[in-house]
Amino acid sequence: MRMPWFRWHAPKSVAEAAKILAGEGPQAMLIAGGTDLVPNMKRRHQTPQTLVSIRNVSVLKMRANGAGLRLGAARTLTEIVEDADLRAKYRGLWQAAAQVATAQLRNMGTLGGNVCLDTRCTYYNQSHEWRKAIDFCLKKDGETCWVATASKRCVAVSSTDTAPALIALGAKVKLVSAQGERELALADLYKNDGIDYLTRRPDEILTEIALPDAAGWRSSYWKLRRRGSFDFPVLGVAAAVKLAPDGVVEDARIVLGAAASRPFLVEKAGAALRGKRLTDEVIAAAAEATASRAKPMDNTDLDLYWRKEVVDDFVGYALREVRGDDVSATRLRIARQAL
Amino acid sequence: MSAVPDRVHLRLVVNGEDTPVSFAPYKTLLEVLREDLGLTGTKHGCELGECGACAVLIDGEPVLSCLELAVQCEGRDIQTIEGLAKGTELHPLQAAFADLGGSQCGYCTSGMVMTAKALLDKESAPSRERIKEALSGNLCRCTGYQQIWESVEEAARVMREAKP
Amino acid sequence: MNAPERPREKTRFDTIGKPRRRVDGRAKAIGEARFADDLVLPRMLHAKLARSPHPHAIIESIDTTRARAHRGVHLVLTGAEFPVPYGIMPVSQDEYPLARERVRHVGDPVAAVIAVDEQTATEALQLIDVKYRPLPTIASPEEALANPEPRIHDYGERGNIHRNQSYEFGDVEEALAQSDHVFEDLFFYEGNTHLPIEQQASLASVEGDGKLLLATSTQNPHYLHRQLARVLQMPAARIRVIATPNGGGFGGKCDPANHEFVVSKAALMLGRPVKICLTREEVFYQHRGRHPVLMKFRTGVTQDGRLTATHLQTLLDGGAYGSHGPASTFYTGVLTPVTYELPRFKFEACRVFTNKPACGPKRGHGTPQPRFGQEVQLDKIAERLGLDPAEMRLKMVTKPGSLTASWLRIGSTGLAECIRKVVEMSGWKERRGRLGSGRGLGLACSSYMCGAGVSIYWNKLPHSAVQLLLDRSGQVTVYCGATELGQGSDDVLAALTAEALGIDPGNVRCVTGDTGITPIDLGSYSSRVTIMMGNAALQAAGRVRELLAAAAAEALDTLPDRVVFSQDRVFAADDAGKTMSFIEAIAAAEAKFGTLAAVGSYAPPKPPGKYKGAGVGPSPAYSFTACVVETEVDPHTGWVTVPKIWIAHDIGRALNPVLARGQVIGDVYMGLGEALMEEQAFRRLPPKLSSALVHRNPSMLDYKSPTSLDMPEVEVALIEDPDPNCPYGAKEVGQGPLLPVMPALANAIHDAVGVRIDEVPITPEKVLRALEKREKGEAPRVGPESFPPVPYPQPIFVLPPWEGGDGNELKGREGRRAA
Repeated sequence: MRMPWFRWHAPKSVAEAAKILAGEGPQAMLIAGGTDLVPNMKRRHQTPQTLVSIRNVSVLKMRANGAGLRLGAARTLTEIVEDADLRAKYRGLWQAAAQVATAQLRNMGTLGGNVCLDTRCTYYNQSHEWRKAIDFCLKKDGETCWVATASKRCVAVSSTDTAPALIALGAKVKLVSAQGERELALADLYKNDGIDYLTRRPDEILTEIALPDAAGWRSSYWKLRRRGSFDFPVLGVAAAVKLAPDGVVEDARIVLGAAASRPFLVEKAGAALRGKRLTDEVIAAAAEATASRAKPMDNTDLDLYWRKEVVDDFVGYALREVRGDDVSATRLRIARQAL
Repeated sequence: MSAVPDRVHLRLVVNGEDTPVSFAPYKTLLEVLREDLGLTGTKHGCELGECGACAVLIDGEPVLSCLELAVQCEGRDIQTIEGLAKGTELHPLQAAFADLGGSQCGYCTSGMVMTAKALLDKESAPSRERIKEALSGNLCRCTGYQQIWESVEEAARVMREAKP
Repeated sequence: MNAPERPREKTRFDTIGKPRRRVDGRAKAIGEARFADDLVLPRMLHAKLARSPHPHAIIESIDTTRARAHRGVHLVLTGAEFPVPYGIMPVSQDEYPLARERVRHVGDPVAAVIAVDEQTATEALQLIDVKYRPLPTIASPEEALANPEPRIHDYGERGNIHRNQSYEFGDVEEALAQSDHVFEDLFFYEGNTHLPIEQQASLASVEGDGKLLLATSTQNPHYLHRQLARVLQMPAARIRVIATPNGGGFGGKCDPANHEFVVSKAALMLGRPVKICLTREEVFYQHRGRHPVLMKFRTGVTQDGRLTATHLQTLLDGGAYGSHGPASTFYTGVLTPVTYELPRFKFEACRVFTNKPACGPKRGHGTPQPRFGQEVQLDKIAERLGLDPAEMRLKMVTKPGSLTASWLRIGSTGLAECIRKVVEMSGWKERRGRLGSGRGLGLACSSYMCGAGVSIYWNKLPHSAVQLLLDRSGQVTVYCGATELGQGSDDVLAALTAEALGIDPGNVRCVTGDTGITPIDLGSYSSRVTIMMGNAALQAAGRVRELLAAAAAEALDTLPDRVVFSQDRVFAADDAGKTMSFIEAIAAAEAKFGTLAAVGSYAPPKPPGKYKGAGVGPSPAYSFTACVVETEVDPHTGWVTVPKIWIAHDIGRALNPVLARGQVIGDVYMGLGEALMEEQAFRRLPPKLSSALVHRNPSMLDYKSPTSLDMPEVEVALIEDPDPNCPYGAKEVGQGPLLPVMPALANAIHDAVGVRIDEVPITPEKVLRALEKREKGEAPRVGPESFPPVPYPQPIFVLPPWEGGDGNELKGREGRRAA
């Protein structure tokens, strides 16, 4: 299975990369680790005429401690996983990064790439020949969404692990183009549209992810998938909770991944937690509030009704872990590894 | 727009050797290793990053050569299964895989051994759990993995004892 | 033919039974084993296949003009070049290398491009214009039975029924009526595929002498050789097939495949080497994997848990072609009576065509499905009767040397020992029922053949043959058509030859799987290689040893039958001081007799059954296995984990314990994958909008093969009770140990949370559904709810051995009345 032909640029700076993107227009695409784009190009989902590699742009590998933590978008997921300081302070992000794909793919794939991961669907992530056999689909080359044939909107599913964890932690991202730069909350990078799923313009480069100070916050990420590695999430639950010294929740964010075309914050769940202690009842209420927002579709692995049914269980796992319960046995059963 | 060249010429460092090579620019590292350099010890099972058979080491880290564009690899240190033995003396991992059932059909073996090498280069006595995690990006359909874990443990033991 | 060397003739072994590096281990560990896609020849061209996007359609026209004009394209082939059909079985010659008039599933090949490289060939595929006229899609066995038209094939029983058969051994209804209890259960086993990590590849070339050479990933070079001669309309002697080492097979490389004919034809037309390597998606279309089977078991038992009779009905979804289907259909029934004493047995089996890739043989071929049903039903019986499932089984295991109701001869059996062993290892008696909430143990057993007693095409010829050549350099070369899949057939060949000659297996050179050089072996399927190739090898070695012994006896001044071969030397038995090296013995024998060589061959014993169809099921020996699975089930989510598996396998004798254990664990792995997550499943788009029927998950990401994090520790016991029909007593190990894993898991889940999942794979969603049913007071079971009406034929009626039968079917009125 071969890549299509492409032209190749390897700029050394963000400015140079931004200039190439501006000059080439939407026929150019950025490539960092390539773990998402290369399979997609082999299957002819994307066939950019020009690839702009940002691997040689050293500033994109930066890591800076300040009030919070700033991470260059081209840091590999392995670099995230091996970051002991990050692991201690932003445990949910670490747990998410550690569960992306496989060790080899984490050595290649970058944090920015995982944040910008193309949405996925069983009718889309197939070869060109396979897609021809269904007369293609709304997301690419076709007219019907085969997941929901009445739908005018593509319902391909957001499959990033790190984004839910980052949103729960209040991350922001920086986008740079030849015209300038802007910063936005990571949550605002996403749109609930399987095709046009990012607010990033094609000429913009996601250069860094900034995390606020973690003081007082505890976080957790739970991923549902069939196997202990390789698989994309079919449900991701990220929780971040700020606890007062007396154990009362000062602030809380629950974010769902792989439950829509974008990762999304469940406001009601946070509201159910704020001002309360993390009792079993409070956790159950937050879990129920979260579950009511999950609307999985039949476009990925495992039965969709079952996936909806277990959302509250997964929220419970995350919040109990945040509370300080020993959930290691459950973690081992679900993730098949200690995290 | 400039034309896409038919071929590119560059130098790869493969198994410690400076290797000039000319290839079609769309090729992955896997394709260049196998087709343009004749290093067919690196295998492929999916060509989409879904099985681990094509794992090689770049700068000491295991990566999937089926997703690595060869044009990105200039000047980087690439290690393949062919470079692992010292002359005719097998690397302890290779000997253990051959002796202890770590290799049945042998098709996943190259990727498995290279991934295990990266692990043992960093950790001299990894636990069984650590080995399972490190190799969980390499599918094997023959062994059920157990004799692979045992092979890696045996190789680690041999390598520890060989160290003064 | 000499009788195979009996285990009692040798009690001390130099090689057998000792853990050893396999003979191909070094090459594999250093990346030097040359698989088919590793082969490269000068001037080599590359082929790609254009495949049907329709599940069922008439090909109205194919225009290859644009593709042929594409720069770098050397040849474009269509079905017009291939007028002769093929098929692995003589009764199912229903495939063409490239479809001629009709396509029958998405992925059916219709044209081929041969070009300077893969990229160019792939580009040219897009330039082939095919006009299709779609036909109605037949997506399931139910649809196939309900819609005799359009027929997917114009042969078969009728409509879309490919095979339909019925056998009755003793009056089953009578026995059921007299039973204390009759259990009726429905089971479903979803299809799944082999997923060898190697994608099939083939390289065809024309050798200097003008003959065709095809090097290919195949398990059965001999059958492929015959089919190539037929399809290419060439004498077989002008064709040479080399089976390259297979990067896993598991049955998936048994059938001759479209691409093998295409590259062969192209190489002959162009006079240049032509290679193809399938993409992973194409491997899913080649398939030939596990049939989805719906099953109905009616089993009678006595109050104390002895079986009285079983009536088994099966319905197989065969996919679009015959493949091994006629055999697969039999195998959903015939091995059912091998494990436990079953006085009467009836089985009815029906295979239908559907518009999906063809099913065929996968590890256990046809047997895992009914074994799942049988072993889960036994667990239900034990539960109802209040019996320990292990004790109940122990009381009714078949006896050594006995016949089944269906006239299969059981040779040695270690099943009872296997059960006792797993009971002991797992702490069954102490731990079962005491593991606490959500945790459970389940037990199941199985048996499998050591080689099919009858060849795929009818003949009276040997099933395996070995040639052995020795020369004064000390080189021992052994030639055999058997093929290495990873199972270790080369190692078995070297080990047996070495043991028989008293030399180091490292000094034996194996030349295998090459129809141009090696004597015929039928192939690596039905767990036949160790037994059949092994017996042939021992015969050849025995013949050479006679010559060596005669010459050595003269030199050592002893009698030929007092000559001992051991440790690369030859000794006089009564005086260890009289000795010479093996090389000296060769020289002496070569001087005395001329060049030293011998052949050996093997054909299985004639089966005792004489009725029509009695050829499927008999085997020189049967292996037996017992397995205990431990599981943890989350009652809130249905999530299933398997922390540990214990398995005991009656192997007769373990030739190389490292490999034997590896085969057992590999079996457990594949069985666990099938039990928990593997599915060859399809998506039917809404029929009002589309006729599409596509593979749901044709990739290694979406087809779920367990990773090293998903695999529990397996504790293996090898039970060694040498079988007299087998080389040094060694029985099969490549397939049997897969079979009990799925039912043992299902039984463990019941022990853990009290629900029955009568369907494979056992997904958390099904477990949760069953738990919810229990909450609602419904039967806590998920599985098929009904069995469609199948027009099974009148049974062939055979009296069991203990009811006065002679192994023949009762003919005419007598048979019908008895039935």
